[in-house]
Order: sequence, then C-alpha cells, then structure tokens
Amino acid sequence: MDLSNKTIWGFRRENGRVGVRNHVVILPLDDISNAACEAVAAHIQGTIALPHAYGRLQFGEDLELHFRTMIGTGANPNVAACIVIGIEPDWTNKVVEGIAATGKPVAGFWIEGNGDIATVAAASRKAKDFVHWASEKVREECPLTDVWVAAKCGESDTTTGLASCPTVGNMYDKLVPLGLYGCFGETSELTGAEHLAAARAASPEIAAKFMKTWTAYQNDVIEAHKTSDLSDSQPTKGNIAGGLTTIEEKALGNLEKIGKTVKFIDVLEPAEAPARGPGLYFMDTSSAAAECCTLQAAAGYAMHIFPTGQGNVIGNPIMPVIKVTGNPRTVRLMNEHIDVDVSGVVRRELTIDQAGDKLIDMIVSTANGRMTAAEALGHREFVMTKLYRSA
Amino acid sequence: MAAPQLLVHDHKDNVGVVVVEGLTAGTDMLCVVTEDNSDFHLTANQDVPIGHKIALTDLAVGDTVIKYGQDIGRVVAAIAKGDHVHTHNLKTKRW
Repeated sequence: MDLSNKTIWGFRRENGRVGVRNHVVILPLDDISNAACEAVAAHIQGTIALPHAYGRLQFGEDLELHFRTMIGTGANPNVAACIVIGIEPDWTNKVVEGIAATGKPVAGFWIEGNGDIATVAAASRKAKDFVHWASEKVREECPLTDVWVAAKCGESDTTTGLASCPTVGNMYDKLVPLGLYGCFGETSELTGAEHLAAARAASPEIAAKFMKTWTAYQNDVIEAHKTSDLSDSQPTKGNIAGGLTTIEEKALGNLEKIGKTVKFIDVLEPAEAPARGPGLYFMDTSSAAAECCTLQAAAGYAMHIFPTGQGNVIGNPIMPVIKVTGNPRTVRLMNEHIDVDVSGVVRRELTIDQAGDKLIDMIVSTANGRMTAAEALGHREFVMTKLYRSA
Repeated sequence: MAAPQLLVHDHKDNVGVVVVEGLTAGTDMLCVVTEDNSDFHLTANQDVPIGHKIALTDLAVGDTVIKYGQDIGRVVAAIAKGDHVHTHNLKTKRW
C-alpha cells in the first residue's frame, strides 16, 4: 500500500493541528462544577460535558498535572470550542487562558457569587453560540500523518502479543517514518521487557531517561504501595483468564505494539505534549485504560488504537478509540466492541503486514468520520490521573 | 496451510499458545513457529482453553520459561511436555 500521499478529511484548527472530531466541550475545572457542566450539556445539543472527580486542594506536581490535563483536553484538536466552569475565577481563568493559546474559542464561568442557575444560563448562551460556530466548520483534506495516533492495550491476553499488538506495531513502522506522531505508555506494564523498550530509544540519552522513569515508577509506586506481589492486579484477573501468567509475559506482548523498527524519540511526563517533532513518544502513564487514554488525549493525540484480547470496552469522550482484537473467541462473544478483527492472524490466514494495512484503512475511515464501536456504544471514560492525596 | 492449534513466537521458546477454542486432551496439535512459519506436532495432555500455554518440553522446578525468546518467569511445579502452563506452575521473577 502506498501511504506517502494518503489523505483524510479532518478539521484544521487555528494552531494548524488536525482534529477528526468537532466537539464543543463543557469542561469542569473541579468536581463541584460537574453539575453545572452537565446541566449545560443537557440543555445545549451538540455539546459534551466531561465530569471528573478532582480539582480541589491539589498542590505541587499533582496540581500541575491537573492543569496540564484540563488545558490539554480543551486544547485537543478534536475540540472545536470549549466552555470551562469552575467554582471560582482564578483557576478557571488559568485553564481558559491555557486553552485560548491554541486560538480556539473558549470562555470561562464561575459559580461562587452567581450560583448554579445563573452560571448555567450564561454558559448555555455561550455554548449555543459555540455550537453554531463549530457546526459551520467544514472538513478539509489533510495528510493522514497530520492525525496524531496514540496506542495502549487492555484486557490483554496471549493473542494480543500474537496478533493485535503486532498489527499496531506494523502501522507505526509504516506511518511514523512518513511523519506520524505516535505514543505508547503503560510504565509498569513494561516490566520484564524494560530492557527491550530501552533498546528502542533513539539515543542513549533517551534510553537513560526511559530507564529513570521506569525505575521511579517501580520504586515510588509499585514498591512503595504493594502488599505481597501484584499477582492479583498486574496481570489482571481478565489477563489471567485469557492465559497470561506473569507481568513479564504481558509486557513482552505489550511492547509488540511499537513495531519492529521505529524508535521512540522522547519520554513524556503524563499529559505532556510532544515537542520534538514527528515520531514515536513514550509517555509515563498508568496501565489503566481510561487513565492512559485521558492522558494521551490531553497531550494532543486525536485518535487512539486499542488492541484488546479479552475485550476491554474503553472509549474516550473526545478521542475516537479503535478496538483491534486477534482473539476469535472475543470476536464471537463481543463483536459489537471490535472495529478491526485480526483473528485471521492466529489462523495464519492474515499476515501482520496485511493486518497493519487493515488497521490503517480503519484509521482513515475513522478520521473521515466513521464512528468507532466505543463511540456508538456511548463509552466516554474520562479519568484524570492523581499522583497523591490532596491537601 | 491448515489452521494451527498452537502458535510459538520464537525457536528459543519452551511454551506455545493455544489459538483454538475447545482444545481437548489427546489432541495432536499442529504447531507453527510464527518467526519463520515452520511447523511441528505436539500432543496436548489436558483440555486447555484458548489463549493458554502448553509446554514444548519437560520443565523442572526452577527452570526459566521462555516466550518471545525472553524470560517470562520461573517454574514452581514440575511440567511435562504437552502440559498446560499457567499460574499453578509458573510464577513471575518480578515483584
């Protein structure tokens, strides 16, 4: 397949980034503004609220991550315009200003001194203006590689390492050299394959940065909090039911999704936007699906590829999540969740090269507007990562 | 090629993965090494679910299980060639 001139029809944003969706987002700064945001979204059609659990009394690195996730979500090119509602003006305006740097329409509202009802009325009026503005936007032809594509696997099993992850890897091997931005994460889930991951860094400096990040996760998260071992959590019960026995086995399958040849060019903090140009990036994330996807969307990724074995049903409110499985049983039992069936790989009817092309075809269709299984089924998991307890 | 019952990633591996549903004890499995599409036959000793592993050789307690050509853990109960390999006889070396 000649991919060098492949195009899609997307939304070119004010800052040049390409989106594949055209959302008007109603973004709560904090947990207590969820109700107002959901009221606006219920009132004004064509908007979507992103309720979440945090945003109060956070501090330090954890607060920085909160702002980075909020601003990055609003700034994502799949978002045409954004309303931010918070309890008070200072932090609300900080998020508004961060999103406004992209050049897209954004407005902030706060509840203290106004109450929910007046806030919802004012925000609804502005949201309606934004919906009209956004719905007049017309898709334009853009290079396929202008769509940033992240990946993460979930409810993995042994077919993940045989079929669905190598399919994603094949896609990256084909598209990253043409200028795609890619992203993988799941720091703890590379345990047992960390040496192979480090060997895929583009330079010794990036490899050292990766090992530092991986070691910090081992020490500060796993070793600091584990009880006996993680055998009931990592691999998960679903992984074990699917035949994965150890974290090493899971990690080796996981790593298949960065392909055979492409190297990663930087290590990103959670929700950090890539800044070294086109290429594959590693992001320090949890291996929990919704947290990882939320962080990758906040870093600016417009599309997500999710290889699954046993059938994780994850979606994201602003970023289409394409499900790929190589497990024939999952295809049989959970067909409504699967966008790309590569179970032919384990029957030796489909090569990894052919499976990669099949995935690229689905990326193009999805970029052009095809709804994913997760979108059609209403999966909108928006889960912020919290680093430690609030003050 | 007929559809295989067992796939093996790498010639160094001492386990393979069942890729069909309803595999029963005594099945003469067609096994394919995905690295180069070479094949061989092996008899399954138990009913093994899709996605689960089967040993390609006898393995003693303390041996290392190899998959993808890499270390995936240690044997904690003796395993015979053709046996189901999972949490009852294989454990991580990490955590």
